[in-house]
Amino acid sequence: MRLTYILPLVLFVLIGLGLAVGLTLNPREIPSALIGKPVPEFALPPVQGRAQGLSTADLKTGQASVVNVFASWCVPCRVEHPLLMALKRDNLAPIHGLNYKDDPADVAKWLDQLGDPFSRTGADRNGRVGIDWGVYGVPETFVVDGAGQIVCKHVGPLMEWDLDNKIRPLLRDLAAGRASKVKC
Amino acid sequence: MIPELGHIALILALCFALVQGVLPLAGAARGIPGWIALAPQAAMGQVLLVAFAFGCMTYAYVTSDFSVLNVAENSHTLKPMLYKVSGVWGNHEGSLLLWILILTIFGAAVALFGRNLPATLKARVLAIQGLIGVGFLSFILFTSNPFARLLPAPLEGRGLNPLLQDPGLAFHPPFLYLGYVGFSVAFSFAVAALIEGRVDPAWARWVRPWTLAAWCFLTIGIAMGSWWAYYELGWGGWWFWDPVENASFMPWLAGTALLHSAVVVEKRDTLKSWTVLLAILTFSLSLLGTFLVRSGVINSVHAFATDPTRGVFILLFLAVVVGGSLALYAFRAPALQGVGVFAPLSREGALILNNLLLAVACAAVLLGTLYPLALDAINGTKVSVGPQYFNAVFVPLMAPLIAAVAIGPLLAWKRGDLAAALRRLLPAAVAVILALAIGLWLHNERGFMALLGLGLAAWLGLGALCELALRIKLFAAPLADSLQRARFLPRAAWGMTVAHLGVALLVLGITVSETWQVEVQQVMKPGEIVQVGPVQYRFHGVMPIKGPNYTALQGRFEVIEGGAVVREMRPAQRRYQQPPMETTEAAIRPSAWADLYAVVGEGDAERGWAVRLYWKPLVSWIWLGALVMAFGGFLSLSDRRLRVGAPAARRTAAAAAAE
Repeated sequence: MRLTYILPLVLFVLIGLGLAVGLTLNPREIPSALIGKPVPEFALPPVQGRAQGLSTADLKTGQASVVNVFASWCVPCRVEHPLLMALKRDNLAPIHGLNYKDDPADVAKWLDQLGDPFSRTGADRNGRVGIDWGVYGVPETFVVDGAGQIVCKHVGPLMEWDLDNKIRPLLRDLAAGRASKVKC
Repeated sequence: MIPELGHIALILALCFALVQGVLPLAGAARGIPGWIALAPQAAMGQVLLVAFAFGCMTYAYVTSDFSVLNVAENSHTLKPMLYKVSGVWGNHEGSLLLWILILTIFGAAVALFGRNLPATLKARVLAIQGLIGVGFLSFILFTSNPFARLLPAPLEGRGLNPLLQDPGLAFHPPFLYLGYVGFSVAFSFAVAALIEGRVDPAWARWVRPWTLAAWCFLTIGIAMGSWWAYYELGWGGWWFWDPVENASFMPWLAGTALLHSAVVVEKRDTLKSWTVLLAILTFSLSLLGTFLVRSGVINSVHAFATDPTRGVFILLFLAVVVGGSLALYAFRAPALQGVGVFAPLSREGALILNNLLLAVACAAVLLGTLYPLALDAINGTKVSVGPQYFNAVFVPLMAPLIAAVAIGPLLAWKRGDLAAALRRLLPAAVAVILALAIGLWLHNERGFMALLGLGLAAWLGLGALCELALRIKLFAAPLADSLQRARFLPRAAWGMTVAHLGVALLVLGITVSETWQVEVQQVMKPGEIVQVGPVQYRFHGVMPIKGPNYTALQGRFEVIEGGAVVREMRPAQRRYQQPPMETTEAAIRPSAWADLYAVVGEGDAERGWAVRLYWKPLVSWIWLGALVMAFGGFLSLSDRRLRVGAPAARRTAAAAAAE
C-alpha cells in the first residue's frame, strides 16, 4: 500500500532523468533528408554586380564544394561571414553562395562592404530553389562532393569549432578521395 | 539609473523571499511567534519591491531606453505604445519578471485575505510561497538579468517578433501566468498540510477559492491563446497540439480535477491524499511547462531563445520543488486517512470518475508531449506526435466524462440512485434524440463523430438545465416560489451549472465547426466570384498598403449573401522591416452563427492570387464556451469569498430545502 505513495516520486525521477538527457540534445539539429542525395536541379542568375551564377552543373565539376545559404537581412549570417572569408583563404574548396530571399541592392552592398568569399553566387529571390534544398532558416551550409552529392548539412551560423571539426577535415578527406569519419 | 534601481529592488526582493521562506517555517516548527509573524510582512515587502522592479522595466520600454539590452533586443521606437508595454513580457527575461510579479501578488493576497487561517498554517503556506520566490528570483538574477546594459546603446532596437504584435497576445501571457502561478497557492497549501500532517474540510475550503481563481484565469488565458492562433497564424485552425499549448493544457486538466476533488474533501472529508497529490501535480505541470518553453529541449513557435544554463537551472529547481514535495508526500500522505465512506454509485463516485478520466487525459497529453523527447534521448530518432494521436486518445476519454457530468450532480452524496437520476434527465434524453435527428438530416461524411458531439452537447446542456430546474422546483412549484428559490440558490451552485453549460457550448462549437466547415483553396483573379458554403466571395484584387512598422499586400473581397453585398473583407500579407518577417493577417468576420475567414497568399496580377476562404459555423462558440466556463468559476468564487470568513457554511432555509 505504501508503494502507491512513492509511485509519483519514482515516475517524476524517471521523467526528470529523461529531461536531463534531453537538455544535452539539440532539437534544431534535424537530419537532412538530402544527405547522400544528389543536389537538386536548379539554375540561378548571379546576384547584382557579380558575373557567375550558380546551377547544378557547377556542383558536379569533380571537385568538392561548399554551398552557403545566406541573406543580408540575416544577423547570424553576419556573424559567420568572417569565418567564410577565412575558409576561402584556406583554399580547400570553392565556396558558393545561395542568396536567399534578398533585395539585390542590399546583397550587393553587403558583399562589397564585408568582402566576397564566394566563387559563384545564385540569387534565389523568391526562395523556390531554397525549398528544393530543404532550407528552413538562414544561414545553412552544405558540403557537396565532386559528383554533386550532398555529404553534409550544417544549420545555423558556422562557428570556429564547426570549421575545425567538421568542414575542414571533411573537405580534406574529399580532396584526398578517402572515406571520411567526420560525423555530420 | 532607473534600470539599476530595478535591479537592486530585485536583489532586495530575493533577500525578503529568503527571510519569508526560512524564518516562518522554523518559527512554526519551534513555536516562535515573532518568526511566524514575519511571513505576511515579508510577503508584502516582496510584492512592493518586485512591482517597483517591474515598473522600472516598463519605464525602460515605454521610453525606448536602448541602453538596456533587453529593450534593444525586443523593442523599436516605431512600435505602437500597447506593444511597447506588452513587449515587457514578450521575451524570456521580461516574462519571467511578470511571472515573479504575479507570484508575489498571490503571496501578498494570501497574507491579506488569509486572516482567519490558523497562524502556523498561514506561516507555512507563505514560507513555501517564499521558497518558490527564492527559486525564481535566483533564476532571473543569476541567469536572465532583464536589466543588463548594452553599451554603447544602439540608436534603434531590433523590434518585437511581429507575430506577437497583436492585442490578443498582449494579454494572453498575463492571464496564463495568473493561472500557472495561482496554482502555486494550492501547492503551498498542500505542502503546508503535509508538513502539519492534517487535511480537513476547513483546509479544502481555504484551498478551493485560490484554485478556482487560478483555474478561471488559466481558462481565459488558454482561450485567448487559441483565439490568437486562429486569427493570427492564418491556418484556419484553433488548436494545434503544439508542445507549448500542451504545456498550458496539462495544468488545466489537473487543475480541473483538483477543483472537483477538493469538493469531496470539503463536503465529505475523504479523498485527502489524492487531492493533496493533485495540488502538487497541478503546479508541477505548470513548472514543467516553464522548463519545456525556456530550456530549449523542444522546438516550438513559443520556445524562447534558449540557453543551456537556464535549462540546467530550471531542471534543478524542478527537481527540488517537485521531487521534494513528492518525497514529502511519500512520507506523510499514508497518514491522511479519509473519514467519509461511500458507495461507488454516489456523488463521490461520480467525482472520482471525473478525476480518473481527467488524470488519464492529462497523462496522455504528457506522454504525447514528452514522447518525441524520450525517443530522441534513447536512440536519436526524430519524431513529432501530431493531432491524430491526441484526437484518438482524447475523444474516447472525454465522451464518457461529458456523459457523466450531466448525471453526477443528480446523484446524492454517500449513496446515489442512478435510475432516479436518469429518470430526471428525461428531457435531456429527448434533446439527444432531437440532436441526433438533426445531425442525420444534415448528413455528413464525418457522420459518427458529428453525431457523438451533437448528442453529448445536447445531453450535457439539457442535463445541466434539468439539474437547475430540479433545484429550484421549476414547474413543480408555483413560478414565484421557483424564482425565490433561484434567488437564494448558493452562487456556487449557479457557478457549477454555468460552467457545465460552458462545456456543452464548447463541445457544440467544436463539433459543428469541425464537421460542417466549408473551405475553398484556389487561385483567384480580380472580378471572380466563388461560392463558400451559403455565401459568395467576390475578389477585387490586391493592393500595397503601408503600416507604422510594416508594408503589406492587402486583398479585398466582397461577401455576397442572398444576392446583396453584406460585408467587405481585407486579408493581408504583412512584411515587417525590423525584424524582417512576413505575417498573415486573416480577415475574419465573427458572428454568433458562422465566422467568415479569408486569407490571401502569394500571386500576381496576371496569374491571380492564391486565396483560402472559409465558412465556419459556430466556431466562435468554442471561445464563448470557454469564457462561460470561466464566468461560472468566477460566479462560484463570489460565493466562496463570502464564506471564507465563516468556515461552518451558513445556509439559508431556501438553499437547504433546494438540496
